[in-house]
Amino acid sequence: MTPDTLFVGVRLLDASTGLDTQGDLLVCNGIIADFGAGLGRPDGATAIQGDGAILCPGLVDMRAALGEPGFEYRETIASAADAAAAGGITTLAALPDTLPAIDDPALVHLMRQRGEETGSLTILPYAAITRGCAGEMLAELGLLREAGAVAFTDGANALCSARLMRLALSYARGFGARIVQHPEERSLGAGGAATEGELATRLGLPGIPAAAEAIQVARDISLARLTGGAVHFAHVSTADALALIRRAKDEGLAITCDTAPPYFDLNETAIGDFRTYAKLSPPLRKDADRQAVAAALADGTIDAVASDHQPRDADDKRLPFALAAPGGVGLATLLGVSLAQVHNGTIKLPQALELLSAKPARLLGIDAGRLAKGAQADLCLFHPDRIWQVESGKLPGKAQNTPFDGRALEGVVLGTWKAGRRVFG
Amino acid sequence: MSYRQKHLLAIEGLHPPEIGHLLDLAESYVLLNRSGQTQRDVLRGQTLINLFFEDSTRTRTSFELAGKRLGADVINMSVSTSSVNKGETLLDTAATLNAMNCDLLVVRHAQSGAPNLLAQKVDAAVINAGDGTHEHPTQALLDALTIRRRKARLEGLTVAICGDVLHSRVARSNIHLLTTMGSRVRVIGPPTLMPAEVTTLGVDVFHDMRTGLDGADIVMMLRLQRERMQGGLVPSAREFFRFFGLDAEKLAYAKPDALVMHPGPMNRGVEIDSAVADDPHRSVIKEQVEMGVAVRMAVLDTLSRRHGRND
Repeated sequence: MTPDTLFVGVRLLDASTGLDTQGDLLVCNGIIADFGAGLGRPDGATAIQGDGAILCPGLVDMRAALGEPGFEYRETIASAADAAAAGGITTLAALPDTLPAIDDPALVHLMRQRGEETGSLTILPYAAITRGCAGEMLAELGLLREAGAVAFTDGANALCSARLMRLALSYARGFGARIVQHPEERSLGAGGAATEGELATRLGLPGIPAAAEAIQVARDISLARLTGGAVHFAHVSTADALALIRRAKDEGLAITCDTAPPYFDLNETAIGDFRTYAKLSPPLRKDADRQAVAAALADGTIDAVASDHQPRDADDKRLPFALAAPGGVGLATLLGVSLAQVHNGTIKLPQALELLSAKPARLLGIDAGRLAKGAQADLCLFHPDRIWQVESGKLPGKAQNTPFDGRALEGVVLGTWKAGRRVFG
Repeated sequence: MSYRQKHLLAIEGLHPPEIGHLLDLAESYVLLNRSGQTQRDVLRGQTLINLFFEDSTRTRTSFELAGKRLGADVINMSVSTSSVNKGETLLDTAATLNAMNCDLLVVRHAQSGAPNLLAQKVDAAVINAGDGTHEHPTQALLDALTIRRRKARLEGLTVAICGDVLHSRVARSNIHLLTTMGSRVRVIGPPTLMPAEVTTLGVDVFHDMRTGLDGADIVMMLRLQRERMQGGLVPSAREFFRFFGLDAEKLAYAKPDALVMHPGPMNRGVEIDSAVADDPHRSVIKEQVEMGVAVRMAVLDTLSRRHGRND
């Protein structure tokens, strides 16, 4: 039996309902029982004093790779759940390009169950579009959907074949499911380690042109138009791709997208002197692209901000740059780095929280990310102005490969509650 | 002491006095080598390890000779690329070298940035002997020394670097060194073999040898690897030679006293015609090899002094 909790004098924020008020919130039996001004404290309920803090729905991270199954040396689900809780995340959509890939209904069930076992994190499994995420044969999309897959993606692998993409979009449409694409035209990106341009030239690193993203996006928009299917572009990082997505949305196509904090907070110079922790996929871009991503957060082109969490072992990264595995951890820094865009005036606080909870929840088709009576009490309490410093080696969870090492962040998670139970802080 | 780095990982970032210091010291080693006074004891009791992850006869031999002439204990470690393509081995190697109290570590590796990674992990002074498509600093220094001895200066000269600039660490190091020292640098080659945004390195780009060589003081040819043909960057060797290979006809566009250089090994008939490569009046290719030893002596000497072990 979870003890009841009364939050006293907090700023209640839920952009999806327009709620933004100073008040109290009562959690009973894991459910939001009531909120408003001057609620009484029931016997036995724990009181949490607001103290300038904000109470918002637990964050919904719509894109994260987990180390399980297959890469437990990088991270286990339990350690990822710790990192998520420390980052205020209560729901997470997990990528299927694991080992084995999540391309079988039993594995979808397993991932959901493994989430439940953590007690702190709901894991929503993506399922593979193609068997083994290998880009060759369609997986059993219908059975996978029935088993509880929230959408389909081949994870870090772009689905190259236009024909297969067309079939996947058409077929998935019949089951009301989205196709999530890693937008990178593979032959242009092959062997690349950094964004093509001056810096890659100076470092002697094979480049990936920014156009590789726009080309894939343009093709898939055409296929969405052809099939009526829904495409979601993950971690969009370039101005050109965002312009294409903006136009497709204006046209009324079922096109959505997300980005991740590195793409609006960092630019390519973070890889200077061969820093492999800043080697990501897609690669960090030029600053003009970073600015375009930030602008697209503000104008609504981007539908969600996801952690794009990619756990790596030190041995995956202590390699010459081109051989090092791409990817950075992002769970514990998701809120703080996103809030930097609030502190610098690019977006408003409610807008930031909506990108981190209500909007991704809607894309994933789940009932989460709301402060509403009767809703499950998945909550995040944070102080928007307190400062902490990201330090690789001291982050929660096992994997420590953050591209934000040394970055000072404004915004500290004070506590995280899953179904009314305190799981962090 | 005007060289202020612990290592020599790249030319990019060095200041003119640092480059000048290395060239001046190399100059005196040229004279000593020529006079037959080749044995020095500058590095007596110090260990120099040549760690080569990529095959190279001439660079390794040059460093070996330079180290021996300065009195160092020289050890050659050639690590076959098949057994090492994971960097953890690179760091294991670093740990081994630390245990051996290596003083000077010369590294060649197929990956850009590998010497930087090693430099973070070893106590020795690290000298980059070529890393991927990043830099080859001692090659640029020996080229500069060759030019300076023939032309008495670097400033104001027009240097044309020709061929596969995209994959060339020699080109990158030379571009950084020559632009830092006030030369005008042109790069000439097909657009598919030009690095992205190469003009930001301070060079002018040409896709035609005749206009690119017009009035050049120095013609520096680069090696074209055969595998570039398979990658589709160049359709064929004969087409490359027709448009970008250096022959007497194209060389005639450069200044009458222009020097021809090549870092070796040459692909005769691909990027350079034998008649030009072997022309004693124009080609300084053999002299480059001689300068290589002197430059490497200067680099080893300078970096060992930076350690304070030799004072």
